[in-house]
Amino acid sequence: MKTYKLDITAEKCPMTFVKTKIALNNMQQGDVLNVRLREGEPLENVPRSASEQGFNVLKIT
Amino acid sequence: MSETKKLSIIAFSGDFDKLTAVFTLATGAAAVGYEVNLFFTFWGLDAIKVKKGRSPVGQGFLPKLFGVMMGGLKAAPVSRLNFVGISPKIFRYLMRKKNVATPEELLEAARQLGINFYACEMAMHILGLQKSDFIPEVKDVIGVASFLNISEGGQTLFI
Repeated sequence: MKTYKLDITAEKCPMTFVKTKIALNNMQQGDVLNVRLREGEPLENVPRSASEQGFNVLKIT
Repeated sequence: MSETKKLSIIAFSGDFDKLTAVFTLATGAAAVGYEVNLFFTFWGLDAIKVKKGRSPVGQGFLPKLFGVMMGGLKAAPVSRLNFVGISPKIFRYLMRKKNVATPEELLEAARQLGINFYACEMAMHILGLQKSDFIPEVKDVIGVASFLNISEGGQTLFI
């Protein structure tokens, strides 16, 4: 089980989702991705779309 | 999990701005779990050429001339105020400065997200292009019937 980090605070639509999804695709089951994102659209939609796709959103801080 | 949602885009335009819209919608949709199909036809075919610049791609004199005049993704003009190719350079500069993905970056993301690329058989025939003129991500050369079949049950856009 590994933990990965991804900072998408500088990204704009659609790369916020795109970079998150590509990172998730490259991970194994049980791995954790720590995503740093901006408030507004990324904060509202990145966790939502991840959980819609069957990923487990552990914590939003 | 709910059943897969689907977005299919007919990429008709070879314009820089419209291709940016195509790849933005496509990668965004793929990233949120959509199955995405891109059907490139007419000028849109320029976007998926292996040769990104102006190059005599194609079979025959006229296709080669078109190839040089239109070029690939790097040579795409903007649909308004192109100013003989200066505007796309300004757009690229602004996009980099404002950290917005360029069509090339979006194309690379599309590849990584497993978006399906298709080329239009009829337009390829007119423009004298072959499958080997396109990037290897182009899965198949298809016609209207196959596109309708592939896009059935999802949303379809024409750009």
